[in-house]
Amino acid sequence: MQEQVSKKGIWKVIGASSLGTLIEWYDFFIFGSLSIVISTKFFPSDNPTAAFLSTLATFAAGFVVRPFGALFFGRLGDLIGRKYTFMVTLMLMGGATFLIGCIPSYDSIGFLAPLIVLILRLLQGLALGGEYGGAATYVAEHAPNGERGYWTSWIQTTATFGLFISLVVILLTKFFLSESQFDSWGWRVPFLLSIIMVYVSYLIRRNMDESPEFKKAKAEGKTSTNPLKESFGNKYNLKFVLLALFGAAMGQGVVWYTGQFYSMSFMKTVMFLDSDQADMILGIALLFGTPFFVVFGKLSDKVGRKWVMLTGMLLAVLTYRPIYQAMYHITDVSNKQELVDKRTEVISAPSSEDPREIITTTKYYSDGAYSKEEKIKQATDGQVQASEHKTITKSSMFLSGANYVKLIALIFIQILYITLVYGPIAAFLVEIFPVKIRYTSMSLPYHIGNGIFGGLLPAISTYLATNAKGAADPTFYLEGLWYPIIISAVCFVIGALYINKNMVAKDLS
Amino acid sequence: MENIKKILGILWIILALLTAYFCIAQFGLPKIISGKQEDVVFGIIILFILTPIISIGLGVFGYFALTGEYQKDKM
Repeated sequence: MQEQVSKKGIWKVIGASSLGTLIEWYDFFIFGSLSIVISTKFFPSDNPTAAFLSTLATFAAGFVVRPFGALFFGRLGDLIGRKYTFMVTLMLMGGATFLIGCIPSYDSIGFLAPLIVLILRLLQGLALGGEYGGAATYVAEHAPNGERGYWTSWIQTTATFGLFISLVVILLTKFFLSESQFDSWGWRVPFLLSIIMVYVSYLIRRNMDESPEFKKAKAEGKTSTNPLKESFGNKYNLKFVLLALFGAAMGQGVVWYTGQFYSMSFMKTVMFLDSDQADMILGIALLFGTPFFVVFGKLSDKVGRKWVMLTGMLLAVLTYRPIYQAMYHITDVSNKQELVDKRTEVISAPSSEDPREIITTTKYYSDGAYSKEEKIKQATDGQVQASEHKTITKSSMFLSGANYVKLIALIFIQILYITLVYGPIAAFLVEIFPVKIRYTSMSLPYHIGNGIFGGLLPAISTYLATNAKGAADPTFYLEGLWYPIIISAVCFVIGALYINKNMVAKDLS
Repeated sequence: MENIKKILGILWIILALLTAYFCIAQFGLPKIISGKQEDVVFGIIILFILTPIISIGLGVFGYFALTGEYQKDKM
């Protein structure tokens, strides 16, 4: 029988596990959140789009290796224990993140810079692949029967909260530094801070005990000698791995990445919302949405995991297009009435310090929004008096009042879908696999669903939208949503038909 | 319901084949031969990571469904 763990004891387990997982997510997300500045520092700057896409590719590389981390560390976790394995992943993640903050730029060391970034990003992906399964398993194996959904949902909050913390740290760093300081060295601060957080988490985790279920299995000699073979070479277990992937994790992954990343990218690159304002709006929605992980985790203990998760997927399938249509309309100037008499134009003449001529036009609209358009006229040879110039135009929209609140609400709805699909999934995955191969078996579908189906979402959706734009489709901005909609729809049908409400792990023998 | 689960196994296998076709012919190969560095990376990921997972994984899932592995008595 399961060893009884006191309420105080389980809070200690939750605290230690969640803090470490939170830090790992923070480490993973600051790279994505700072991808634009990273692209200018580490990748050839001749073509900003190419540089940005290279960063996205690096980002994808970070996701693609996650399943390999799941296999490598999952196997270790089932062989030597959960506690030691996720200590290793924590140190690996912290070290890689800290080192990204230390790498000299492309201008200083050339091609070596992006190469080192890529290697460290791969290490981050490997570490994350091992961390999550360990933390979820560790907590679930401490939780009383019938309450796994509630207790593991605390671990589920860490991914969203990690993104939130990463946004807050970046915003605070920007707040305390000037734009040029942040661009020069300030962007490194969020990376460097990681080492302190990881050290604190290490100190807390060091004194934790091994999970009671794993300890018991080990004492009885019932641990696996070859977790990979038993997980994926055993037909009975393999069919659960496939069901977990195609009936739950795949849809959960795309809903998660649509709500947290596609929405951010959509606000910044399609709606042209000011970057800081977009971060703030997402941050507020995340803050309001995060408690619902626990609400839906607890609900899944009472009504079962299946329909809580599938409700989130179904709502996403049915409402993503109307939600994004409504978001687009908020900043669509063709729907706005400009207060022409309020329009201002400021011209910053070139000087010896800044050879650029900047014309800033601010337009105010009747709904309280305003837009800033900067036309930057730059001499091709950097001189004040030059014969040739190139002009760059940058536009940003700023919202206030009802539109600001409406946009927060639209993002919040998407976060709510995330909490529905993600809140119960750790308990669901833990419960369908036996203790001896749990870490390996649950980690792989989770990280394929999130790392590959979810992680590739920005690239695939951008590709679909770009193609539609090229074909002069008036609703090109909605076309990228077909990817999460189709994946979620297929996942919903598979989950609804094939997952049994009371599906639990059975002995493989 | 158990029969529907079995019959739909054929649908998952067809879907796996269609996904393989689209991933290879529409996404992967055109990107790889485009010559642009960022497209090549995207194409390689689609062709060698996403395609095998979806097409082989979904195909095996469909086969299991078709052969009754997901029937209630076998779960």
